Amino acid sequence: MNHDSYSDNYIRGILDGVKTIAMVGISPRDNRPSYFAFKYLQERGYRMIPVNPGQADKEILGQKVYASLSDIPEPVDMVDIFRSSKDALPVVQEALTLTPKPQVIWMQLTIRNDEAAMLAEAAGLRVVMNRCPKIEYGRLSSEIGWIGVNSRVLSSKRAQPLGRGVQRMGLGPAKRSD
Amino acid sequence: MADAERTLGFSTLSIHAGAKPDPTTGARATPIYQTTSFVFDDVEHAASLFGLQAFGNIYTRIGNPTCAVLEERVAALEGGTAGLAVASGHAAQVIVMHALMMPGDEFVASKKLYGGSINQFNHSYKNFGWNVAWADPDDIASFEKAVTPQTKAVFVESIANPGGIITDIEAVSKIARKANVPLIVDNTLATPYLCKPIDYGADIVVHSLTKFLGGHGNSIGGLIVDGGRFNWLQDKRYPMLSEPRPEYSGMVLGETFGNFAFAIACRVLGLRDLGPALSPFNAFLIATGIETLPLRMQRHSDNTLAVAQWLVKRPEVSWVSYPGLPSDKYHALAKKYVPKGAGAVLTFGLKGGYDAGVKLVSNVELFSHLANIGDTRSLIIHPASTTHKQLSDAQKVQAGAGPDVVRLSIGLEDKEDIIADLEEALEA
Repeated sequence: MNHDSYSDNYIRGILDGVKTIAMVGISPRDNRPSYFAFKYLQERGYRMIPVNPGQADKEILGQKVYASLSDIPEPVDMVDIFRSSKDALPVVQEALTLTPKPQVIWMQLTIRNDEAAMLAEAAGLRVVMNRCPKIEYGRLSSEIGWIGVNSRVLSSKRAQPLGRGVQRMGLGPAKRSD
Repeated sequence: MADAERTLGFSTLSIHAGAKPDPTTGARATPIYQTTSFVFDDVEHAASLFGLQAFGNIYTRIGNPTCAVLEERVAALEGGTAGLAVASGHAAQVIVMHALMMPGDEFVASKKLYGGSINQFNHSYKNFGWNVAWADPDDIASFEKAVTPQTKAVFVESIANPGGIITDIEAVSKIARKANVPLIVDNTLATPYLCKPIDYGADIVVHSLTKFLGGHGNSIGGLIVDGGRFNWLQDKRYPMLSEPRPEYSGMVLGETFGNFAFAIACRVLGLRDLGPALSPFNAFLIATGIETLPLRMQRHSDNTLAVAQWLVKRPEVSWVSYPGLPSDKYHALAKKYVPKGAGAVLTFGLKGGYDAGVKLVSNVELFSHLANIGDTRSLIIHPASTTHKQLSDAQKVQAGAGPDVVRLSIGLEDKEDIIADLEEALEA
């Protein structure tokens, strides 16, 4: 699969389908992008599980931190990797040993490891690289337009409020071509 | 529709980009959110917004949903990653430089610019310690010669006002890239319908929305587009983007906001702290104007070429400067950068000099004698007796505002009527 660009439907299908996301490499510091993305996705209804060996058994944003993916005692739908491109490979290798296997491997903005991606795809997982799920969610929900970002999404349909306050939007219905 | 694989056309984007139906009321036209402030969903939501951890609305000085439609629309038309609307084109330039420059820093600018920009760069910026080094768009190597270790940006106009100069954006962008600094292009006269500077290597595009984007002469506004390609994190030369910001508890904007970090820095540091916010009402009028941008710019350019061709044949006229004319010095560049037309602004010289200029602006009936460009109405000005009156004769000539020079901004009226008005005024 081509990882230079992704269709909106591909990204929407992933964000619409997964419920539990393990974030590997989350920082406990509230000014770091990983912390933001975790908090944002948690507020949008995802079950977020922090993974960081340096923070094991502590809590981040109310959730127990695990040292590794293998320590998580429940199934994970998506693994979101906040590590260097090089370090993404062992994370993916570990993810593939989980039972059941996750459905999605997501590598953050600036992170790309084609070898890890091929490995995950060969095992039937969907892969996203060099993207941020917070930005992609904000783009597809149209929230990101509030800060002037070119969402590259046009629609004559209303954005759908998530139901918890007026400034949180959902992903809305799938497109015809989904 | 609107899948990532399919690129939407310019006219479609002009109408739809940034503007879904209102989520609460279903209003199809963009509502004017004429409010200073927005209630928070809860305390946690408020904290997330202030900490830049969520996307949303706080206070209209920092962002407003009507202004946001305009921002996303212009960003989409320019092919950028994000936009920021501000109170005027001048404000856009100040906010951009505030994000790039520290006291003692320099930038290289084309010396053929809108006179207001020359004033801003030469005089007002001195109070901030920002120093301009001038280069000549007719001598591209002069840009490279002007670069020093303190250079933080290069600034040009795509079509320079009023001379009708087409800048070789691609050549200048190579010099900026070699110097590792962003290229800023003022695209006011061309608009993205005629030219998209990001396609030729621009990193930042600025606009006076007051002119052709708004297009109806009713609202002042400015806009910044982030091209999304410049690497702000390569070193520490752009601390607003690359260093932990004390304003946001140590956040590094460049790593948090990826390829739209520059637009965010302009918003949450520049606009927030310097304050030149755009009124939502102006944003509504300008965004409505943009819906017809492709139709208007084509008519503007077609009418202007017709007027230029007519002026060339007039016995009262000594020269006509319009890059759309095949005989023009900039025609080759115009064919590359503005193939659909060379815009609405032209200058010409009257053999009768200063007195003939004064007579012409006094005798026109359809043209309006005023100091603006980019209106549905045709506009005329004689710079030597108005905008450039305070300069010496030598300075006037150097600024392209010699005693014989008349500037026109051709409107959307029938071209026969525009030409007839000029003919009657010249012969009066």
